[in-house]
Amino acid sequence: MNPFSTHGTRSFRGVIWMAAAVVVAAGGLAMASLLPEGNPLHASAFVVSLAGKYLAYAMLALSVDLVWGFAGILTLGHAAFFALGGYAMGMYLMREIGARGVYGNASLPDFMIFLSWKSLPWYWWGSDHFAWAAFLVLAVPGVLAGVFGWLAFRSRVSGVYLSIITQALTYALMLAFFQNGLGFGGNNGLTDFKDILGADLHAPMTRAVLLVVTGVLLAASLLAARFVVGSRFGNLLVAVRDAENRTRFLGYRPDQVKLLVWVFSAMIAGLGGALYVTQVGIINPGEFAPANSIESVIWVAVGGRGTLCGAVLGAILVNLGKTLFTAWLPEFWLYGLGLLFICTTLFLPQGIMGLWRHVRKPAPEEVTPEVSDTQGDET
Amino acid sequence: MLKARSACLVAALWLGGALLPGVAHADAFSGLSSARPDETAATVSALAGSGAPQAGAVLQALGERHLFTTPDGGLYIRHGEACIDARTGQPVAVVPDGLKPIRLNNRIRTALAGAQAEMGLIAPQADIRLKAADALYGRHDPAMLLALDHALSVEKDRTVRTRLMQARAATILAQPPGQGAQDARLEAVRSLAAAGGLEARGILAGVARSDAEALPVRHAAQAAVSSIDWHLRAWGVLQNAFYGLSYGSVLLLAATGLAITFGVMGVINMAHGEMMMIGAYVTWMVQQGIRATIPALEPVAILVAIPVAFAVCGALGVLIERGLIRFLYGRPLETLLATWGLSLILQQAVRSIFGPTNIAVQTPAWLSGSVAVGGMDITLNRLAILVFAGLVLGGLMLVLRRTPLGLQMRAVTQNRRMAALMGIRTPRVDALAFGLGAGLAGLAGVAVSQIDNVSPNLGQSYIIDSFMVVVFGGVGNLWGTLAAAMALGMGGKVLEPTIGAVSAKIAILVLVILYIQRHPRGMFPVRGRGVES
Repeated sequence: MNPFSTHGTRSFRGVIWMAAAVVVAAGGLAMASLLPEGNPLHASAFVVSLAGKYLAYAMLALSVDLVWGFAGILTLGHAAFFALGGYAMGMYLMREIGARGVYGNASLPDFMIFLSWKSLPWYWWGSDHFAWAAFLVLAVPGVLAGVFGWLAFRSRVSGVYLSIITQALTYALMLAFFQNGLGFGGNNGLTDFKDILGADLHAPMTRAVLLVVTGVLLAASLLAARFVVGSRFGNLLVAVRDAENRTRFLGYRPDQVKLLVWVFSAMIAGLGGALYVTQVGIINPGEFAPANSIESVIWVAVGGRGTLCGAVLGAILVNLGKTLFTAWLPEFWLYGLGLLFICTTLFLPQGIMGLWRHVRKPAPEEVTPEVSDTQGDET
Repeated sequence: MLKARSACLVAALWLGGALLPGVAHADAFSGLSSARPDETAATVSALAGSGAPQAGAVLQALGERHLFTTPDGGLYIRHGEACIDARTGQPVAVVPDGLKPIRLNNRIRTALAGAQAEMGLIAPQADIRLKAADALYGRHDPAMLLALDHALSVEKDRTVRTRLMQARAATILAQPPGQGAQDARLEAVRSLAAAGGLEARGILAGVARSDAEALPVRHAAQAAVSSIDWHLRAWGVLQNAFYGLSYGSVLLLAATGLAITFGVMGVINMAHGEMMMIGAYVTWMVQQGIRATIPALEPVAILVAIPVAFAVCGALGVLIERGLIRFLYGRPLETLLATWGLSLILQQAVRSIFGPTNIAVQTPAWLSGSVAVGGMDITLNRLAILVFAGLVLGGLMLVLRRTPLGLQMRAVTQNRRMAALMGIRTPRVDALAFGLGAGLAGLAGVAVSQIDNVSPNLGQSYIIDSFMVVVFGGVGNLWGTLAAAMALGMGGKVLEPTIGAVSAKIAILVLVILYIQRHPRGMFPVRGRGVES
């Protein structure tokens, strides 16, 4: 039986509410952070950057939900796109430091001088322009996803195989980015940022604006994702997810459908990564770790797969839990996370959103008897 | 020259002895107690050729800091309470007063090493002579040339002779080229070329570069360098191939269990690496247990650990299948998430119990060390793992081919529904297959504990490579797993010298990803109707 039947997922009214809530919350928090220090409603810089981080993670979760929830591709490497977007933004922020680095060199970042590089490698060209960086944030993950997806979907790599090669992809990238020779700061990654577009990154105002921007972009991504899955193309996606071969026999091209949503999703992840870097202030190869990608999948699972809202909710809740847990009981966080993985898959296959629906509509009537065609489709 | 000097000293000793009987006198040894290190060093060098019967013992005692002097010039060798007169070799009843050790500095040590090698050259035992020749080969000290010539003139043993010739050649070539010595140097180049090795290469390369050298000598040296390089490279390739095989066998051990569960149940066990980690910890616990109870059995503790690790991990595997996996039946991707969660819990549990740091799993004496085969080193623990992996694979083949369980597992792998219809209890097969897979991971853990750090993170470092092996090799075919493990192991190690370890790993990952695009079901896909639409 497939628990993700089309009915129920078609109505995305919640998405609009969710998008609005995100914007309002981000805006409210941003305003609170601008209140004077003594005010009881004042939000500290730590809280603001934490919230920004959660929202950036929510974008990653949203992108995972698009491919996992709607195209049935369990990606274990989406953090790679997130990190690539982060690195693209990091390059720009690195160049913005200019001559204020430790070595005071206006044209080369500190780590390159440290490695006695003489000039910028070609892929850093233009990184001092914000527009180019913004383009790269979307283009690099998009192109990588395009090439990878084109190869994989064309040859019908699917299921566990696909999951494992996505994991291999992010693992390979992690190893590569750890290399000093690659020109991205090796172990330490990119950090010590000062400005963005001339505004001081540590100023409360900049932080507040960044938080609002993140909230707005997350809301926009939510709406865009809703538009995609609510369209005819979205129907096709779900069809591919539930019965790929039947869709193919009907004359559609599942590989192209999957490729489109895959690239779109990678771009959202890249955008999330870029926003993450501006607010967290560091990007290093650890972001590529396979564990991060798997964690982002569990956010989606906790929130509810294939619901869009659930991804955002799950990312925020799980990360909030992580922050609290690691502060109070650092020993037990991994137990908690592990149990979350197990219990969600065992007892809550549709996540919090599924639970919510269940509460609202206690006995969901089966509209059509579901055809189990897993036997013919995937083994 | 040496002989002449020592002859003088001997004469002096004789005369001194005759003139001043009963008093400490100047002899071949007396320079040793000098306050000036260079005089001591000169005496040490002279002693080797002096032919004095006690010279060997005195030099050895000096090296071991057992040589003492008294203010009146007496020399004594003292080991704890026993004391002998260094000159005569006779024990003395009463330890004399005011014994002062003779101090060594680098100069004296160098002289001592040379002197001992020189003495070794004329030792009656061939192996000591060979050792001495080896030592001189590495030193190429021109002062030893006479001693080498002398040794060559009396040496009968062929091995020792060859080595002496090479030592002489190295010594000759290490000197700056003189007039009319071209033939001797050509001869030396040939002799060194035959010796091979990095040391010879260094000398020869120096000769080939030197402008003072005659052209024929330089050409000959250049040719010799290339020939040695070729040999070194060939051995290097073999050495890498061995490392590759060794890593491949570890991967094989790690991946077979994974491949079996994936084949039978279609699920990837993300906690497989943690099973390996637990296997390694079981090894450690067995070792500690045996050390505490029956220390005599300690060397074979590792053998005891093999079945224990298999049993513990196997039982854990069955437990996991019954308690977790079976509820996720038909949802392979969610199994992946659940087992990942399990792996986090297992890691943290081990971390809480045993601590986050590495534990020291002992390698028994019979597994440590290495044997040199030609120009390569075969480390025994890696060799043992290679053999062990072969045995495990063989045993697994037997289980799959010759036992009812194996038959049932193969049937379920090929077509679960049909197998169930034929009366096979598929849940039982699932549980046992999962247990078998986990048990195999435990065995891999025992093996890995001998070559790698054992910490709670151990599993993480192997899991991705094992996945690669499984998807590369294809499911349900152990030969595929074998081929994939060896290909990945060898591939990585072959690429390593040219592009570095990390780049080699990246290259392998990328190659596998690309390969999967061409062959989505691996190298040896299961064929047949039940597999895929």
